[in-house]
Amino acid sequence: MSDTQTLEKKKSEPLFSKKNKKLISNPLNDDNPITVQVLGICSALAITVKLEPAIVMSMSVLFVMGAGNVVISLMRNLIPSRIRIIVQLVVVASLVILVDQFLKAFLYDVSKQLSVFVGLIITNCIIMGRFEAFALANTPWKSFLDGVGNAFGYAWILIAVAFFRELLGSGTLFGIPVLGDPAAKTGLYALGYENNGMMLLPPMALITVGVIIWIQRAKNTKLIED
Amino acid sequence: MQELINIFVKSIFVENMIFAYFLGMCSYLAVSKTVKTAVGLGAAVIFVLGVTVPVNWLLENFVLQKGALTRLGLGEQFAEIDLSFLSFIMFIAVIASIVQLVEMIVEKFAPALYSALGIFLPLIAVNCSILGGALFMQERAFTTIGEATIYGLGSGVGWFLAIVAIAAIREKIKYSHVPAPLRGLGITFIITGLMGIAFMSFMGIKL
Repeated sequence: MSDTQTLEKKKSEPLFSKKNKKLISNPLNDDNPITVQVLGICSALAITVKLEPAIVMSMSVLFVMGAGNVVISLMRNLIPSRIRIIVQLVVVASLVILVDQFLKAFLYDVSKQLSVFVGLIITNCIIMGRFEAFALANTPWKSFLDGVGNAFGYAWILIAVAFFRELLGSGTLFGIPVLGDPAAKTGLYALGYENNGMMLLPPMALITVGVIIWIQRAKNTKLIED
Repeated sequence: MQELINIFVKSIFVENMIFAYFLGMCSYLAVSKTVKTAVGLGAAVIFVLGVTVPVNWLLENFVLQKGALTRLGLGEQFAEIDLSFLSFIMFIAVIASIVQLVEMIVEKFAPALYSALGIFLPLIAVNCSILGGALFMQERAFTTIGEATIYGLGSGVGWFLAIVAIAAIREKIKYSHVPAPLRGLGITFIITGLMGIAFMSFMGIKL
């Protein structure tokens, strides 16, 4: 993270230079917001029972992160540092209101499932964290890439957790049964397979993320904590 | 009275902020390395939740809800106005300013407490559990300010219990042989999951 902050600005850099590509690819693995930076866990876990709300949530965060980072970056020379937290909160809150009204208008069922967690994007630490660590010190285009990269890093964890929880917990993906019909005992259920109801309960989200962290760090040994 | 105790117990154990809703996980994971700091942050969260939830309840019932402006005494022509779409921005503004205010008051009148809570107070403005408390208060539509206050305090106490418990476990786990890739963050997640399963045994408690 520190090396991205100290990047020196160059005059004419191509839009997708190597450094800019890094801004997108780093948060996917080495600098993942959830498993490495430990930001934005609150909302990541609560809405991963099913794939659909997880994807809608990821898209909302993608929008808020991308747009918010650009806005903050544009204003970075105008914001007095003493009141920057309030300014940031106002920017995020306005963007989240847009998302919330949009979801209520076009995706009402999902918006009911997400309940308070749309509002909680405001206090999602990823967003504040990236504003503080990146957008306040970088140009709008770089900040946009950083926002999008981090939102994707957040999204893939969310979607992976939701995939396993929905598949093992209810035997469906996007609400479509993929393992057969549990009532009629077809497909896998004919062999005596049972849905693991435990996966639907909140604690299993934590354990699933714990296992993802375990796998990631086993592959990427430089992330191991002492 | 019984209703109040019920809300209190429920918000501590059954609807625990951490174990049932994962709210405030970021600071929960970051500040739970030692019991001492965990107690400091936990106390600050109880305090701020206990103050902001009732204030936001007043805001919700006298400004934001449909017909609330009439209740405030502004006359019948405001009865149809529904400002609830503004609730996010209002709640977060209230929380940020109350945290700032509380910080100044505590610094002035209780310097000892201030140095104990010090760095944690400003952090709390972006702790999800505070905004979460306000939004759950809105969703559950408490009828009196007493219920809202008790709910805020109860949620705070639940959060306090969770962070102190995990900090104590993390202090002990330093002496165990955790597989290298799980050390630190990974094992904390899994322990929190197991604690959540334990807390599920409180489910359905009603006085």
